[in-house]
Amino acid sequence: MKETFWEKNKRAICNLALVLVLLAAVIAIDLLAPTTSMWFSVLRKVFTFALAAVSMNLLNGFTGLFSLGQAGFMLLGAYTYAIFTIPVELRASVFRNYGASLIQFQMPIVPALLCAGIVAAVFAFLIGLPVLRLKSDYLAIATLGFAEIVRGLVQLQNFGPLTNGPDPINKFTAPEHIWIYALIAGTCILLIILIVNSTYGRAFKAIRDDEIAAEAMGINLASHKQLSFITSSFFCGIAGAMLAMCNSSVSSVSFTTSMTYQILLVVVIGGIGSISGSMIAAFIYYASSEWWLKFLDLETYTAAGARVPLLGPGFRMVVFSVLIMIVVLFFRTGIMGTREISVYDFFAKLFSKKGGAAK
Amino acid sequence: MSERPCVLHAENISMQFGGVLAVHDLTMDVYEHEVVALIGPNGAGKTTAFNAITGVYEPTNGAVWFCGEKIIENHPQGKMKKLYAGGHNGEYRHVIAKTPDRLTKLGMARTFQNIRLFKSMTVFDNVLTAKHLRRTSNLFTAALRLNYKEEARQRKETLELLELVGLADVKDELATSLPYGKQRKLEIARALATNPKLLLLDEPAAGMNPQETVELSEFIVEIRKKFDLTILLIEHHMNLVMDISDRIYVIDFGKEIAAGTPAEIQSNQRVIDAYLGVADDE
Repeated sequence: MKETFWEKNKRAICNLALVLVLLAAVIAIDLLAPTTSMWFSVLRKVFTFALAAVSMNLLNGFTGLFSLGQAGFMLLGAYTYAIFTIPVELRASVFRNYGASLIQFQMPIVPALLCAGIVAAVFAFLIGLPVLRLKSDYLAIATLGFAEIVRGLVQLQNFGPLTNGPDPINKFTAPEHIWIYALIAGTCILLIILIVNSTYGRAFKAIRDDEIAAEAMGINLASHKQLSFITSSFFCGIAGAMLAMCNSSVSSVSFTTSMTYQILLVVVIGGIGSISGSMIAAFIYYASSEWWLKFLDLETYTAAGARVPLLGPGFRMVVFSVLIMIVVLFFRTGIMGTREISVYDFFAKLFSKKGGAAK
Repeated sequence: MSERPCVLHAENISMQFGGVLAVHDLTMDVYEHEVVALIGPNGAGKTTAFNAITGVYEPTNGAVWFCGEKIIENHPQGKMKKLYAGGHNGEYRHVIAKTPDRLTKLGMARTFQNIRLFKSMTVFDNVLTAKHLRRTSNLFTAALRLNYKEEARQRKETLELLELVGLADVKDELATSLPYGKQRKLEIARALATNPKLLLLDEPAAGMNPQETVELSEFIVEIRKKFDLTILLIEHHMNLVMDISDRIYVIDFGKEIAAGTPAEIQSNQRVIDAYLGVADDE
């Protein structure tokens, strides 16, 4: 009995072990690294955008719906979270241009996160009704439009008491420890993995592979697309709330279309249809663009005093773009394709190779 | 024959695209446990008729009953009111258009002329996905694995079905990596996984060699017995049609020109004129 349990779940158990090791590493960094370390800001962003990329992957990679509304849903999540978690006594100072905040209570972090997801999901439901009749590029344009509309709307003076108009919202609660970010993103990604591997995940993949066949097999296209859209937006809203926590200030101007493209880039580099790919790509993308390549932006001088050519403000993005092109050229389907990481298979392969060499 | 309950009853189905009347007042019945074939020369409107009956298209005029329940009804509307060239105009007043997924839930499953498998999935997952429509779980219970009993039962049934159709040995292979004949079989197995009463096969032997065709007709006879099925098929291979059909409808230019048993059809002069007379290889 024990053996069959192991046989059945060996891959999941090994992957769980990997996750626990990584979580331990994150906690170790949190405790040991000096407070000025780049690890903190980079890892926060990595966790946030890993969740955003995985939720986009659920929609674009697994259901085959090409949507570009991520920035809009993240904005909704970020604003919801920020508005609900400002301490009551600080509200007057945040909303000073609009007299007082419409909301006069403070929520703990977890319910506020859930609210962020729910608000994004409710909007997704409303937008999805008309928009999900569209296909591929047209759906992308419609959702892109939605994101821009949301961004414009929250800046309106009329919504000032609720959204603080064009002024940024700050002074809300944001956890310090990076393992909290890891925990939030991890829980959400785990839920997405469970959905993808459930009977609903199979239905989503069926829709992606062949809509006509999926419908002929009794899968209701409208309701399943809607379900996928709402679920993806729910987690996108939570990712938005996490972004608010990272930045400790929320302003609608930061939720631009280019943010959606960044997430799309992470999804494509990681592999469309691979959750572990999205996570790895999120780490590589944000670690290199925010940290490892930062030196390219600085004017550097050699020991002899000569200026190193090309290095200077803006050069980082040139190198970064070239790197992305190289990655896309050499990994046509992204780093992981549609595969997932399997620690068990990795070691099994490693040991069987060694065994083969010993003979 | 007619004492048996009628599984599918299509009445005065007309399908008009612009000025072209692709299907013209087609009436057909399929009784329980029958194998009925719909044949006709190229471009006769077989697939169009098939699509109108299975809810892929809305017919311009006419109605369809499935096991006594009216599933499709339509009448010419809008511009079509003036253009409509078929008969029985004004007999149908309601519009009932069930989407294919609802028809599948009622018990009609179909396969496609050009194979449409779920490309990224394994053979096993292809069949398992077809079990999704009989689920009792929702997104939450499925994600939290509260439906594990149902899931386990579905997996067991899928495995049994694959064993029955002889695909159990390739169950973990990618659906598209199978040879052509097996892909056909898999498509039929996937349709069977939805627990249909009526199986609709759109040119199941298209692109098959004679050997594969013989195997296919044996396979169809076998599953019909095992699953207690009623079958409606479109087919070009006359050997297959004559072998397995109880009754045959022949259409040409969208109109029914003959109906009857294989023997009757083979000796029908109109059919020979329209179809068999010009076909040289069949």
